[in-house]
Amino acid sequence: MKIAVGQGSCGIAAGAGKIFTLLETEIKNEGLNAELTTTGCIGMCFLEPIVDIYPDNGELIRLVKVSPDDIPAIIGFAKERDYDAVARLRVSDEDNGFLTRQTRVALRNCGIINPEKIEDYTEKDGYLALKKVLGMTPEEVIDEIKTSGLSGRGGAGFPTWFKWDAARKSEGKEKYLICNADEGDPGAFMDRAVIEGDPHSLIEGMLIAAYAIGAQKAVVYVRAEYPLAIRRLSKAIEQAEAAGFLGDNILGSDFSCRLSYKAGAGAFVCGEETALIESLEGNRGMPRLKPPFPAQSGFWGKPSNINNVETYANVPWIFLNGGNAFAAMGTEDSKGTKVFALTGKTNRGGLVEIPMGKTLREVIFDIGGGIRSGKKFKGVQMGGPSGGCIPESLADTPIDYKKLNATGAIMGSGGMVVMDESTCMVSMARFFLDFTAKESCGKCIHCRIGTKRLLEILDRICEGKGKEGDIELLESLSNEIKAGALCGLGQTAPNPVLSTIRYFRDEYEAHINDKVCPAKECTQLLHFSVKADKCTGCTLCKRNCPVGAITGEARQTHSIDMEKCIKCGKCREVCRFDAIDVY
Amino acid sequence: MCSCAETGCDLTLLEGILKPYIGIPGSLISVLQKAQDLYGYLPKEAVELISDSLGIPVAKVYGVATFYTQFCFEPVGRYLILLCQGTACHVNSSKQIEQAINEELGIVDGQTTEDGLFTLRNVACLGCCSLSPVMMINDETYGNLTPQKTRKILKELRSAAL
Repeated sequence: MKIAVGQGSCGIAAGAGKIFTLLETEIKNEGLNAELTTTGCIGMCFLEPIVDIYPDNGELIRLVKVSPDDIPAIIGFAKERDYDAVARLRVSDEDNGFLTRQTRVALRNCGIINPEKIEDYTEKDGYLALKKVLGMTPEEVIDEIKTSGLSGRGGAGFPTWFKWDAARKSEGKEKYLICNADEGDPGAFMDRAVIEGDPHSLIEGMLIAAYAIGAQKAVVYVRAEYPLAIRRLSKAIEQAEAAGFLGDNILGSDFSCRLSYKAGAGAFVCGEETALIESLEGNRGMPRLKPPFPAQSGFWGKPSNINNVETYANVPWIFLNGGNAFAAMGTEDSKGTKVFALTGKTNRGGLVEIPMGKTLREVIFDIGGGIRSGKKFKGVQMGGPSGGCIPESLADTPIDYKKLNATGAIMGSGGMVVMDESTCMVSMARFFLDFTAKESCGKCIHCRIGTKRLLEILDRICEGKGKEGDIELLESLSNEIKAGALCGLGQTAPNPVLSTIRYFRDEYEAHINDKVCPAKECTQLLHFSVKADKCTGCTLCKRNCPVGAITGEARQTHSIDMEKCIKCGKCREVCRFDAIDVY
Repeated sequence: MCSCAETGCDLTLLEGILKPYIGIPGSLISVLQKAQDLYGYLPKEAVELISDSLGIPVAKVYGVATFYTQFCFEPVGRYLILLCQGTACHVNSSKQIEQAINEELGIVDGQTTEDGLFTLRNVACLGCCSLSPVMMINDETYGNLTPQKTRKILKELRSAAL
């Protein structure tokens, strides 16, 4: 019997580490013949901590939301196959649909194998693709990627074969292969899951790319905020070296390649490839002018190819199953699968990998289980701060690079943050601009000053000080920034503003003209009062009001003096009887 | 032992760490990370030693260090609170959590409490979006926060420290 505890970062955050230790102790104490192992993230983050039991009969017993109190039941099952003991912990068919409705390519091993054991990976045909590739010419490798239609999964969706081909054709003996694992888009965490759950697929994908372009050195630039991913990657590199998959004359061929990693230090702009290269060289992460492109002059001025984690993780699968099999999934323009980090107000959140062409509605409702607390679905932010907000009315848009771009959003790295009626779209745009203004590197004036000005305008609209003409000003400034900024960060920074104006103009108008926030989120525009029928006179709000704006005797209905009220929302937060009315 | 008068940090430890990086181009960020791991922040003397050892002007070292959010130049509290302000946390009311921390500890983003116990830092995304809103205190992640739950966690940490 094998017992696997999902220990990705979010599993650990939900308490999986403790579950693992408790199981370890109990298995030892009871002298049980059960192998306890670790897996990465299966992607069902809403059910963490998850314990998978394989009772050696081909069955999988998946237990979810396991707490330390459930350990005796699990041990009971391990001892006597007591199915009843664990019945209440088993994943429901409905929740399991989150997984069964997916098609997993990049995440094929995540949550299944032990990421710290290379044998687990090789058992799943790991490194067989590399072996196959070493018998092909680099041109044949690039052709196969061309057949697959794989495009960059980090944001822009540029054809992968084209980048590889350009780097291959560049003059020079010394070339570099780089992996962008600086997953800075708030709301996206698929790259972390791949490195934490299946680091060897990244290494194998990178080796295949290195072979194709003729690079002898490869480096992964990984976020410092992902310490577990760094630990597992470092261990995987050691194992791959020991097994002869990395180093000199790999698998007896003429191909030699070294792979190392470097931790980033926290700068969103380093997701831009030339800024990433600057950072790798130990400098401020400020983008370079293109051309020359990294394929001509990249890391240390040498031809370099950069792809992100998910892109590389697809590569071994393509060589094991053929480029045609990959191209058979998806749409005319967008081939294969894409991983999305589904978060926000959905019932079920986590990692979702689906063939391109599925609609947003299918992801949010069929897989994500719809909106929490019976609220109404309002929109979904795709592509993080560089992307845009797609409204409910366009939820049937198929997931495809071109079709998403047409809505004003982008595929991006796959962040999918779902919003309900209680999310204010003006405030949402303000949130993203606050982010990009802080993360702007300051090199070009359009981005440095432009994002700051956009933020100031959005700030005043949210505070009820918006003026007539502000919407038009936001639009024209946004277009200027898009046209004038140096790199992708600045060129896409206005997208959240433009897309929210396009689809939710009425909300902007309500803020500016009527000084009302329809989603009741912008506190400066709210009015608070006590509902007489619900107030019990418990005095809790009165005691918590920081400015003494609430009066009333015990067991009598209280009232709020709007002259004194600073609209902090404290009374609403503490009230246990839902007696504070907000309008 | 070489101890600097101003901050009392032991530079001999850093000297040992620096050695393998000397003469290797592109090492500055890695060295700064090691130095911060060692002292918890980047003391002035450490930055000067790094500048001397790597042959990079102090101004450039600070230029690089201040560019990245990871580096800090003041000692941090015993508990470093990283409050996630990512998109998923934002739509799940991370602002209310921030307000609760502000009120409970009397500090805002970037500040340390007078007793040196807590430092609050807003961060972009901790990658635990399905547990939002989230904060991380010294490598421990706390998810599905509410203002009440946050206050309770802080109170417990404070009484554990006293």
